[in-house]
Amino acid sequence: MATDVVTGDFNINAEVDVKSIEATARKARAQSIRRLLRYTLLKLVALVITVAIGVYITVIVANMGGEVDKIRMATIRETVALAATADPSFKNLTSEERIAVINERVELEAKRYGLDRPFILRSFEYLKDAMTLNLGFAQQLVSDSGSRLVRNIILERLPSTLVLFGTANLLLFFVALFAGLSLSRRYGSWADKVVLALAPTSAAPPWFYGIFLILIFAALLGLLPFGGMVSAPPPENGLEYALSLLEHMILPVSAWLLSAIFLTIYNWRTFFLIYASEDYVEMAKAKGLPDGMIERRYILRPTLPNIITSFALLLITLWTGAIITETVFNWPGIGQLYARAIGAFDTPVIVANVVIYAYLLALTVFVLDFVYALVDPRVRVGEGGRKS
Amino acid sequence: MKTQLERLRQLGRYPTAVIGMVIIVLLLVVSIITPFIMPYNEAIRLWRGGEDIWGRYPRNAAPAWQNWFTSTDLSNTIIIDSAEGDIDVPTEQISADTRESRFSFEFDFPYDTFPPEVTLFSTAQYASKQPFVELTWITPDGREIRAGEFTATANSSFRFDQDERLQRRLERETGIDGVPVVEALFDDPNQEGLQVLQGTYRLDATALLFEPDSKVDLAFVSYGEVHGIAGTDHRRRDLSVALLWGTPIAMAFGLLAALATTVITMTIAAVGVWYGGWMDAAIQRITEVNAIIPLLPILIMVGTLYSRSIWLMLGLVIVLSIFGIQIKQYRAIFLQVKESPYIDAARAYGAGNMRIVFRYLVPRILPLVIPAIVTLVPGFVFLEASLAVLGLGDPVLPTWGKLINDAATQGALFNGYYYWILLPSVLLMIAGLAFAMVGFALDRVFNPRLREV
Repeated sequence: MATDVVTGDFNINAEVDVKSIEATARKARAQSIRRLLRYTLLKLVALVITVAIGVYITVIVANMGGEVDKIRMATIRETVALAATADPSFKNLTSEERIAVINERVELEAKRYGLDRPFILRSFEYLKDAMTLNLGFAQQLVSDSGSRLVRNIILERLPSTLVLFGTANLLLFFVALFAGLSLSRRYGSWADKVVLALAPTSAAPPWFYGIFLILIFAALLGLLPFGGMVSAPPPENGLEYALSLLEHMILPVSAWLLSAIFLTIYNWRTFFLIYASEDYVEMAKAKGLPDGMIERRYILRPTLPNIITSFALLLITLWTGAIITETVFNWPGIGQLYARAIGAFDTPVIVANVVIYAYLLALTVFVLDFVYALVDPRVRVGEGGRKS
Repeated sequence: MKTQLERLRQLGRYPTAVIGMVIIVLLLVVSIITPFIMPYNEAIRLWRGGEDIWGRYPRNAAPAWQNWFTSTDLSNTIIIDSAEGDIDVPTEQISADTRESRFSFEFDFPYDTFPPEVTLFSTAQYASKQPFVELTWITPDGREIRAGEFTATANSSFRFDQDERLQRRLERETGIDGVPVVEALFDDPNQEGLQVLQGTYRLDATALLFEPDSKVDLAFVSYGEVHGIAGTDHRRRDLSVALLWGTPIAMAFGLLAALATTVITMTIAAVGVWYGGWMDAAIQRITEVNAIIPLLPILIMVGTLYSRSIWLMLGLVIVLSIFGIQIKQYRAIFLQVKESPYIDAARAYGAGNMRIVFRYLVPRILPLVIPAIVTLVPGFVFLEASLAVLGLGDPVLPTWGKLINDAATQGALFNGYYYWILLPSVLLMIAGLAFAMVGFALDRVFNPRLREV
């Protein structure tokens, strides 16, 4: 009887415990998700504000010579002229009359858009336009689908840029991560020394290695294509298309990797070494935990926030190199579009490209911030966690 | 001072750092003496010059030292100019008002390949009657070929490969339809196909002068497939001009940008930390906005819309880089330094804010600044090259990046003019690597924590 009571008591207690533990765990999880969301939202708001400021500066710089005003006027003229050609009542007019009517309408439209107001007021409208990529018509360039809207031209090329540099950066991240981990294990070996000696080569940007790679593999050996995204004419078959794309990606991705990999491996290996000498790692070793587990749980976890920060900084500097890398490899992305716009003095496209790159940078920062939040427990536990 | 010397000695333990130092010193020496060898304006004049300056240089010729590595000896440029006194020109009176000048251009041709072009330039002085020039080509095996005749004007040239009569004559001689003139002139008739006949060639030119004061000078140019130490480009310009002048420009751009950015960034960080509060917060926010502003696109925008002057670009690079990410790193250090007792002591004796910032805070992290500057240099050197490669190089100055851009737009890689891309790229690489290697070693010397791992 007594024992029953005891077991009963015990059972009741155990149930309560499990329930309360589950409840606390659920609460904690909900709380941590809430914190995560709040952190992400805050970062997003901060980034949008940051992008707005950056774009505003761009607008100011671009309009110092009245360039943006010119774009606006050209856009208005284009729209009015298009409307005029579509209007059947214009057909009976002589060309002088038609031009007179168009000019009158252009002036009216300009007034309607407030082009006669002071620049400070207009600049905020430009900011809104720029942020929504509403950047008017290109002067020279045309998108492959035939559109002259800057937004269409850019959006059409965005996927190729993202495919190339997404692949390259993911490869860079994982190769550097695993190479760094393995070097930190074999600290002082010949491989370690080679990476250390090669680290200064990262001073050169990717396009620079691209030139050498083209010289060796395309011009001298003839193994790989000089540039472009797929062979011409593009293969119809989906699989062949993918293979052709892969073949064309080898050189630009290698150039990208070559220019960043050694310094990144070296830096990350140093992070790992610093964290590997912490006391708790020694403790884990003393407990006899397997090496793989020590690496994953005791070295990699605390190092990841550092690594992600360093990767973010690396990406910010690398984006700049993307413009020329694409030009060198004739890759039909935003960078190459940029180079063409420069050649054609196409101001609307050039201004829009600055905005797009600001967005790309912000997006990079945002994604990495989010990953940072995922791997750094301090974000989930809250600010209090840092001090305790 | 003693610690600095000690650090220098430590630097000597890194072989890469020593090599890097030697290269940097060499580059600096070249940068300093270049303006004396070839003044700034002279370099610009040469680089923007056309046929008047570069007429006697071959087009797209590889560097002369390429012959050391290949079994076939590519033809070199041969210039014989009577105005320079390279040959004696005997003149005799053959009738009452006619004189005859005899030019005999004799040269050795020991090469395995044909010259791409052969031209005779003439300058003549006359009042109304133009001198008349007749040409005879004499091959090493003694054949005489009537090469042509022309009336000399003040400035004229006889291009052998563009003379139709000579072309027809050579077609008959060799029996090949549409034979290239220059190759037929240097052809060995005893061999199948067109093969170079090596030996001593002679071009005899007889100029008839119809006025007593009339005078003719002739210059024979057999263009080479290799030329000078650096070769030439599509506009016949000698690449060595751009390679030489590219050095001081790259050094000036890289060093000035790195120095200015680092010093200003550090000062901003120190001011922010010292004053704290809204000033610190503002600096932090500006840094974050600045990270989003894409540097190269902004430079490109300004380059296209306003000016491509390299000095404007330099200024812009500095302005956009002073609120760089490094501010955060310096801030972390200054935050520690700010709490040091010696800062309290300075405050106690009544030092002003600016005095503390510039006399006590900034000097404290100067040792960190040296590796930072050296490490930043290659990035800026390559940034200048990047701008040039995009076609936004300085419109007048010859730089390494502009050479790469010229080569790329002329399809140097497709056409096999590898030297054109390789020479400036290798120089860029050497300069970039040298600074990076020294910076790397400096970092390890100044940051002992790195040295341990």
